[in-house]
Amino acid sequence: MKAPKKKLGFDKRTAARVLRELGRHRVSLFFSLLFALGSVLLTLYIPLLTGDAIDLIIDRALVDLDGVLAIALQIGACALLCALCQWLMNVLNNRITYAMVHKLRRQTFEKLQRLPLSYLDSHAVGDTVSRMMNDVDQLTDGLLLGFSQFFTGALTILGTLVIMLLLHPGVALVVILVTPLSLFVAAFIAKRTYSLFRLQSATRAEQTAMIDEYVGQHKTVLAFGHEDEAQAEFDELNERLGKCALRATFFSSLTNPCTRFVNNLVYAGVALVGALLCIGGGSMTVGGLSKFLSYANQYTKPFNEISGVLAELQNALACASRVFALLDEPELTPDAPDATVLSAVEGHVELDGVAFSYTPEQDLIRDLSLKVSPGQRVAIVGPTGCGKTTLINLLMRFYDVNDGSIRVESCDLRDATRASLRASFGMVLQDTWLRAATVRENICMARPDATEEEMLAAAKASHAHSFIKRLPNGYDTLLGEGGGSLSQGQKQLLCITRVMLALPPMLILDEATSSIDTRMELKIQNAFARMMQGRTSFIVAHRLSTIESADVILVMKDGKVIEQGDHRTLLAKKGFYATLYNSQFES
Amino acid sequence: MKKLLKYLRPYRKETVISPLFKLLEAIFDLLVPLVVKRIIDVGIANADKPYVLFMCLVLVGFALVGLACSLVAQYYAARAAVGFSTHLRRDLFAHIQRFSYTDTDRIGTATLITRMTADVNQVQSGVNLTLRLLLRSPIIVLGALVMALAVHPGSAWIFLLIIPLLAVVIFSIMLKSIPLYRGVQSNLDRVTALTRENLTGARVLRAFRKEDEEITRFGEANDAHNRMQNRVGRISALMNPLTLVLVNLGVILILQSGAHRVYEGGMTQGDVVALTNYMAQILVELIKLANTVFTVNKALASAHRISDVLDAPIRMSAPEKGETPEDGSDEVLSFRNVSMRYAGSSEPSLSGITFSARRGETVGIIGSTGSGKSTLANLIPRFYDPAEGEVLVLGQDVRAYSLPDLRDRIAIVPQKATLFSGTVRSNLLWGNQKATDEELWEALERAQAKDFVEEKEGGLDAPVSQNGKNLSGGQRQRLTIARALVRRAPILILDDSSSALDYATDAALRHALRTLPKSPTVLLISQRTSSIRHADKILVLEDGECVGIGTHDELLATCEVYREIHESQYGREVEKA
Repeated sequence: MKAPKKKLGFDKRTAARVLRELGRHRVSLFFSLLFALGSVLLTLYIPLLTGDAIDLIIDRALVDLDGVLAIALQIGACALLCALCQWLMNVLNNRITYAMVHKLRRQTFEKLQRLPLSYLDSHAVGDTVSRMMNDVDQLTDGLLLGFSQFFTGALTILGTLVIMLLLHPGVALVVILVTPLSLFVAAFIAKRTYSLFRLQSATRAEQTAMIDEYVGQHKTVLAFGHEDEAQAEFDELNERLGKCALRATFFSSLTNPCTRFVNNLVYAGVALVGALLCIGGGSMTVGGLSKFLSYANQYTKPFNEISGVLAELQNALACASRVFALLDEPELTPDAPDATVLSAVEGHVELDGVAFSYTPEQDLIRDLSLKVSPGQRVAIVGPTGCGKTTLINLLMRFYDVNDGSIRVESCDLRDATRASLRASFGMVLQDTWLRAATVRENICMARPDATEEEMLAAAKASHAHSFIKRLPNGYDTLLGEGGGSLSQGQKQLLCITRVMLALPPMLILDEATSSIDTRMELKIQNAFARMMQGRTSFIVAHRLSTIESADVILVMKDGKVIEQGDHRTLLAKKGFYATLYNSQFES
Repeated sequence: MKKLLKYLRPYRKETVISPLFKLLEAIFDLLVPLVVKRIIDVGIANADKPYVLFMCLVLVGFALVGLACSLVAQYYAARAAVGFSTHLRRDLFAHIQRFSYTDTDRIGTATLITRMTADVNQVQSGVNLTLRLLLRSPIIVLGALVMALAVHPGSAWIFLLIIPLLAVVIFSIMLKSIPLYRGVQSNLDRVTALTRENLTGARVLRAFRKEDEEITRFGEANDAHNRMQNRVGRISALMNPLTLVLVNLGVILILQSGAHRVYEGGMTQGDVVALTNYMAQILVELIKLANTVFTVNKALASAHRISDVLDAPIRMSAPEKGETPEDGSDEVLSFRNVSMRYAGSSEPSLSGITFSARRGETVGIIGSTGSGKSTLANLIPRFYDPAEGEVLVLGQDVRAYSLPDLRDRIAIVPQKATLFSGTVRSNLLWGNQKATDEELWEALERAQAKDFVEEKEGGLDAPVSQNGKNLSGGQRQRLTIARALVRRAPILILDDSSSALDYATDAALRHALRTLPKSPTVLLISQRTSSIRHADKILVLEDGECVGIGTHDELLATCEVYREIHESQYGREVEKA
């Protein structure tokens, strides 16, 4: 079931859905096609008029000045009308394309807000961004350009053929006979180009990965004076890319000259047959020949475009399927309409037989039970990968438990609104995330209504104030993406300030001070202690100062709580905790 | 901008041949209406069938020659464009390699990567199209003018009128739209940045229930992008229709004046046909031009972004062939009254640092977050230059060395463990290309990495994936330590590089570092007093200033900051699990 045969190109369901998307713009689309039709017909009609005019200028004796003037006026009118049609068509096409891009991006972004974290955790950011930006662009571009090019192209060819047949079936036959050659040439080149392009993009990807690595870790390259070796390695790959890019570029640029050549043959053929007919007397005029020639001049041009359209549409559909796949990802189950809004949270938290795993093959947490009373501090210790952070994911309901239940104020998390649950927790994570905004905006994220005094008080309590005031613009300093040039420790201080300002009834501190040195940590201990006073807190930490004073210590190993109790009882037990604790004196 | 043109210089032949053959092709295209005129005025008028046949064969000949010219032109254009971008990428990479830390900090690696990849590709297609089409179009247009003069000089005024008008239309649309395109691009960058930020901050944003606000934020950027696109779209959509109107105006003028002139006897029917044909050719060319203008526009914007990188001066100047000190100086490293301030920062990160270290000595550096520990270390290999004072390595100012000479004498273990795709061996050889397997194993053993490398399939040849993602944090860190040890440099700097190691490994590592061959001077940066307590000399930093120098015991007695740090940790630290 997994991969329906993709080789056959068109995934019908994707195509149908793309058409439905396009269908939303059917009014614009209808008018766009209408204007396209108008512009094609008028474009084809103008040479007819020109030819007629030429037939009125045969020689001195045979010039119909009034007739020429009348036709000239008609040409002018047609040109104006045609230009108008073209402009309206272009504007409408742009409108449709941009509206689709706009809407798809909006939908995708909204979707991202409703996707479970499990999706976001398991997909690279770059991949998702690329779906939202590149794929959406290519989808709409390819679709609409492909569509309108195909339509106008086909219409032009058809119209030209009809006019030629009407003008003179015999000469038209010359044109029709050469047509398949043109198609064949275009198709042959397109096919050849495709495989060359594939090789090129594979090599490009290889080079991008290399650039990503060397430029991304430029500082290490410098430190080891590895510039020359890096350059040599780069040069080798670069040369290779140059070679296959040359072939791909050259082959892809062959289409135009080749079809133009075929076109020129058609032109010569028409000139020959037409001229002979003129001489033969009667069935052809010079004006008629001029008309024929100007059609022959443009006839094969649409073939290039149409041959490109298929590849473009295929690409657009491939992009569409990637975008739709994202849009179709299962969403979070929405809060039930009658979900409880947690308010007046005191801090009762109860875990009852909780089981959880990210993948079915590997259990992470099994049968975890725990009862926490308001104001208690719960410290979670244990080796890496034992499930400490997972527990926090469950408490915040970033993930739902597989079995058992978690209750806050005797309300199952799944029966409470996510917003009210998350509002009850303040969270500081090891992974510091700041947005590209001012320091002030970052601190006040949870409480945009906070006063200046409250903000300053929080920043002073977290000892972030002293470094903030040294920033170029103090609290109004604009931080770059991901916190810009701040050090890890400074970023963490800002995250702590953020929570200190919000002061929710419960706290989650996941290695909240991992990047802060111990002395600074000691300084903010008091503020931390004050913050935790009367608040139920879950603390993941590796420092005993924090752990020793906890009311409950959960010692986790391999997804299970293997020991539980306060510091003294656990030490007395001489179990895993005691080993952990004593290991520091061994050196 | 002009700087980029120099990358076309090695392809001077190609950049001349390609448009030249395009020109030839264009000339044959332009001759076609003349031949048709002859067919009409001579062949048909005289009912001369062999003449018509001959002329049509001439047309076929033109087509063949045109094809050949065109193929040559396409080939050389592709060569020039691809060669151009290959060279450009090479130099960009080389230029970026020479960036100092300050430069990389300022520009940002993410954007450097985009510029080296996407932007260069964009410029490549721009060059290719320019050589092939952009030059062809003016040639055809001017050629049509020349041919019109040849066909009937009296009617050339029509071309002289229409062509400048077309030029005005095309240039004003381009001038108007190019800056707008740049606006579109920056709006798009904002949309991308917001998406990226939203994804990386998903946990925090959800914890703070910011989903709706995020949607609004994104919506505004998305709307702005949409508005801008439509604005540009409306303007560039004018190009083809206006061209069409102008060219047909030309056709009307030709017909009108043609009719009068033929009536007066100064012109033939064939002349009129030829002239209208030339007008039609102009139209076809300009439509092609309009389609390429968009690509060339984008290429120009990319070219700007690339030259910004190439123009970024290499701030750090070092002598190509520096002086080398006489060996045997006992004072391996010394700082004399060194101060340092980062670009864009109002406060100095280091001020008035003075200390020195002898061969074989271990210097510990300790201090709070942001106290300047790493900054101090970064001054030694000249990743940054001090604002004041001087740093001496083996008795010589670091600025007197050539950069390779200087950095050869220093081995660093960076704070963030960075490895490169390849094998364990290829990564270790970064330390010293000439190291033998024996030396590699010895370094691994000292770095406490021997066991896990031995367990890996392939040992030294075990693969390392990009950024060392297939290794654990602790393994990565130990390999970066081994890499530095392989170098056997007189100065070894460990920048807080045992943070991912457990207590026992850290202790074993410290023990192994005490007996290094060639007794290097070791600079040990740490946040833990336990890591540096055995150092011969400890520097205590606080807000960029040195508040204490001495041994562990001395500092405990005299330095309050040190005592505070020590007490915050002593007996109060469980190994990082």
